[in-house]
Amino acid sequence: MFGPLICKPGSSKNNKTGSWRVEVKPKFLQKNCIACKMCLVICPEACITGNEKNTYICDYQYCKGCGNCAAICPKQDIVMIKEDSKE
Amino acid sequence: MKEFQEGSLAVAEIVRMCKPGVVSAYPITPQTHIVEELAQMVANGDLKAQCINVESEHSAASAVFGASAAGVRSYTATSSQGLFYMAEVLFNIAGVRLPIVMTCANRAISAPINIWNDQQDAVSLRDCGWVQVYAEDVQEAVDLHMIAYRLAEDKNIMLPVMVNMDGFVLTHGIETVDMPSQEQVDKYLPSYTPLYKLDIKNPMTIGPLVDPDYYMETRYAIQETHKSVLGMLPKLTEEFSKVFGRTYNGLVEGYRLDDAEKAFVAMGSVCGTTKEAIDSMRKKGKKVGLLKISCYRPFPHQAIYEALKNVKKVAVLDRALSLGSYAPLASEIKSVFFGKKKGPQTISSFIVGLGGRDITVHSIEEAYKLIGKKETCEFIDLKPELLKENYA
Amino acid sequence: MPEHLFTSGHTACSGCGQSLAARLVIDTAGPNTIVVNNTGCLEVFSTKYPESAWQVPWVHSLFENAAAVASGVEAALKYLGTKDTINIIAQAGDGGTADIGLQALSGMLERGHDILYVCYDNEAYMNTGVQRSGLTPFDANTTTSPIGNNSKGNPRPKKPLPEIALAHGIPYVATASVGFPQDIQRKVKKALSIKGPKYMQIHVPCPLGWRHEPQLTYAIAKLAVETGLYPLVEFENGVKSARQIKPKPVEEYLKTQARFKHLINNPEELKRVQAVADSNIERYNLKLQ
Repeated sequence: MFGPLICKPGSSKNNKTGSWRVEVKPKFLQKNCIACKMCLVICPEACITGNEKNTYICDYQYCKGCGNCAAICPKQDIVMIKEDSKE
Repeated sequence: MKEFQEGSLAVAEIVRMCKPGVVSAYPITPQTHIVEELAQMVANGDLKAQCINVESEHSAASAVFGASAAGVRSYTATSSQGLFYMAEVLFNIAGVRLPIVMTCANRAISAPINIWNDQQDAVSLRDCGWVQVYAEDVQEAVDLHMIAYRLAEDKNIMLPVMVNMDGFVLTHGIETVDMPSQEQVDKYLPSYTPLYKLDIKNPMTIGPLVDPDYYMETRYAIQETHKSVLGMLPKLTEEFSKVFGRTYNGLVEGYRLDDAEKAFVAMGSVCGTTKEAIDSMRKKGKKVGLLKISCYRPFPHQAIYEALKNVKKVAVLDRALSLGSYAPLASEIKSVFFGKKKGPQTISSFIVGLGGRDITVHSIEEAYKLIGKKETCEFIDLKPELLKENYA
Repeated sequence: MPEHLFTSGHTACSGCGQSLAARLVIDTAGPNTIVVNNTGCLEVFSTKYPESAWQVPWVHSLFENAAAVASGVEAALKYLGTKDTINIIAQAGDGGTADIGLQALSGMLERGHDILYVCYDNEAYMNTGVQRSGLTPFDANTTTSPIGNNSKGNPRPKKPLPEIALAHGIPYVATASVGFPQDIQRKVKKALSIKGPKYMQIHVPCPLGWRHEPQLTYAIAKLAVETGLYPLVEFENGVKSARQIKPKPVEEYLKTQARFKHLINNPEELKRVQAVADSNIERYNLKLQ
């Protein structure tokens, strides 16, 4: 019989919210990064990874393009670019 | 062991023997003696449970929701306005399939405020998904709590159960009760192992948002489970009688029905008075009997049909109203016979004992006189002199 | 990659402050945590069956009862003897906390349960379409405190919920903001190191309800603190500490959001909002000396 209703942990990963982006996406320049982790800390989608300087990157499968990573980066090493840019 | 015991204290004692890990309740007359006694047992170390003195019935139901979701057997008790204040949590508990047991000390609903007994509280919440059983006397109230936990925690059921006992009449009435031993209770009611719970070793999400793609199936599942309860309850009462020696049907029980031409239908303590009236009428040669409804949700349509199909005239005693329509129990008894070949010629409906008005043998005899003559919602024991008052 | 305990794929709006605050809270609390969630945006966007963004045990019952459900969970863990190794977090939005859930919260605080209660304060009922709550700030334009000939928006100041929580005599009360993410992490860590009831209120911008661009979430939250409109205070066993600021004029904060647009060319109303900030600055001694 159907139920009780239980969801498996972390199963929201099946939902690829990257398709929500319409205008802009972040570009991680990986030039002046100081590994302060602030982009990772601020990302509402929990989709930024990285360990050392100039290794940070986001998972475009989930990134909704909000731009807070670019806004918080103290080195302006993340820029928002047009969604259809070839990068 | 037989004891001369107040109903509330006997219920508290059996709840203790059922070993809940969490008890949470908010005081409301006439439920108070049960939870006071449980609090004392915890204070004395006789009950190893966590007692949460919440700030409302809403939180009482919510706290046992949380405790049960964490995998621990839980208990609460309430009455009347308290039950109504719990209402949305009660639907929620059934929807999440948590096997909580609650005692409802049945009491009238305000306004006017009235602390005395009728069954408007629980009857009004018949649709919330809980199993509802009704006790006729203190012994049955005690026994039903053990059966309730067995039923609720059965892996094929996983639904909450409300044990109804008439406020004051049973909660404060002192009767001889045969209290079981702890060994007997343990034999009948094993410790609770949840199917799923809040567990850091096996994390899961309980109580998610469900959209139109899935919602109907969750409700269908509860509806189907209620059908399973109808099969399960008689099995559990049969097993119960093997351990404790007392026999219940679980769904309905007939009293002097075999050759009855007329029969009453009732729930709760009014059955006792009705049996007394029947005995007296039988002595006068009247072929009359009683069908006691023990289980109100799920409603045992088939068992009622079998019990009453050969009775000529039926009289349903309701202790609640569905204001603006037929009485709740009477409506459902009528629905049992719709489209059936057999069944009573008439089904009369009587309203008795609202807001604690005494139901005497005389009340039942008055109703008897009107069987077949009055079909819908006849109030018994009304005071005509009060009805003349004009408030306009 | 370090696994987050609140994962990608949730359906919060782009730039949602609540989603990032919720992740910061649970990532700081760690896997030995049970979360009890009220109804609201967070519950809806993170647990739409059959998917869930939560990697920890998580339960939702109703709009107003997370504090009571969490009390039951805590009692159950005490009964099982596992409470000392498991954190319990009850969480809700501002409406579920300050309005409909206040009674259950007060009961939880008063009874002394070992639970961290987190209120994600986006200052209105966002899940139902931006209606005013008890934590909506003065003069904010919401759908039930709209501006009009006779109205400049919400006529009342925010309910002083941190003080209300504090008045219960609980060991830890703090406000926080997604404008200061590391401060959130520090406060969650500290709160969970303390036994008993804890209350945290986190300011979380809502791009949809506040009507600002999603990339401004972080910057706007920061401005709220820097103007004195959202003081970051901490009460540890009743002893107060606060983040010191060089106060900026409130206009800098207000002009970032369309919910305050009607105030910008209205010097009289701006003064009244400035007075709210000034009163905060004085009351909590926020000014950097």
